[in-house]
Amino acid sequence: MIDVVGVSHVYDAPGRRTVLQDVTVRMTERRIGIIGANGSGKSTFARLLNGLVVPTYGTVSVNGLDTRADGRAVRKQVGFCFTNPDAQIVMPTVREDVAFGLRRRGLTKEEVAVRVDSALARFDLADHADHPAHLLSGGQKQLLALASVLVTEPSILVLDEPTTLLDLRNAQRVGDHVAALEQQVLLVTHHLDLLDGFDRVLVFDEARLVHDAPPDEAVEHYRKLMR
Amino acid sequence: MSTLGLYRPGASPVHRLPAGVKLAGLVAAGAGSVLVDRPWQVAAAFVIVALGYLAARVPLRLLLAQARPLLWVLLIVGAFHLLVNGWQRAVVVTGVILALVLLAGLVTLTSRTSELVDALVTVLAPLRRLGIDPQRIGLLLALAIRSVFVVLQIAEEVRDAQRARGLTASPRAYAVPLIIRSLRHADELGEALVARGADD
Repeated sequence: MIDVVGVSHVYDAPGRRTVLQDVTVRMTERRIGIIGANGSGKSTFARLLNGLVVPTYGTVSVNGLDTRADGRAVRKQVGFCFTNPDAQIVMPTVREDVAFGLRRRGLTKEEVAVRVDSALARFDLADHADHPAHLLSGGQKQLLALASVLVTEPSILVLDEPTTLLDLRNAQRVGDHVAALEQQVLLVTHHLDLLDGFDRVLVFDEARLVHDAPPDEAVEHYRKLMR
Repeated sequence: MSTLGLYRPGASPVHRLPAGVKLAGLVAAGAGSVLVDRPWQVAAAFVIVALGYLAARVPLRLLLAQARPLLWVLLIVGAFHLLVNGWQRAVVVTGVILALVLLAGLVTLTSRTSELVDALVTVLAPLRRLGIDPQRIGLLLALAIRSVFVVLQIAEEVRDAQRARGLTASPRAYAVPLIIRSLRHADELGEALVARGADD
């Protein structure tokens, strides 16, 4: 369960810019979409959920852990997938990158190998295990980013526009993988088709949470806002 | 896209050698290179390196790929020594540089970055007493290797954009976006490292 209470966030430089204003929301559903125009505050909102951004005002807690006080513990529970997989891939080869998140977890080499192999197989990357990560296609890189996050077995996954840089086929592949996850998923997206079957969608506009409804109603509201 | 110095899977004897042993060999070769002062010794070094590549079953094109980026440096250094110190010194200096780079290439082609990092972390373990975290230094090494390819990719994209806009003659139009995008990448990478628990 994620609780966001009275959250506002202000960036000091350049100038004083409020990117989130007085947001309060409790999130317990398995599939939650987050939509809004560019600059509406949705990416900042997503970063609040695993403590990458600490709110200027208000509190965010995940399963009872405050992101301000327990950031590291929160990040163990909340995996985060970025828009640009190149920014998220840390190690030179595919296998090494998936294994990166398992460092310092007290696992033996054999346990790490089993978990890495399983993650690679699940995301159709087994044949690329020892390939340089930078030689993968855009879609494969995003699948690698997903595998690298999910191998750590977070209970919640936040994805910030994971399909924005992908073509339709790859976007659909990523969408299919996300749909099959057991974890609670919070998906920031401009690809509204990916929200089919979601439980709830939050709409952001000009730093505020302006609508909170099932997908059809929320998307309709968003379309009206964009007219 | 470059394939310079990246792990190439294999089961050769060179692949099976522990990364720490290979790194130690590389360091020893670097230290020993100061004693090389005859062209025949350079030739012997090349024979050893070539045998290493043969034993590792690495294709010839990969060996050449390791040497290609050095071409201009070798030409300049070689020309300088040819004019100042004579041909023998030119052969020795350029030969030693090339042999060491090829040897370093062989180490990275036959060792996973994670194995090299682990070896480095083990060697640097005593630094913990001074409050330095060897894992961080190892991570730095891995990030440096990974970042080479990211910056090369950014450079390629900037060059394409430059060509598309007819700005091929402007070094500023090349350097400014390259630097800005590289810095932005560093920013994003920092955020991703935190998200992936690198500071745990």
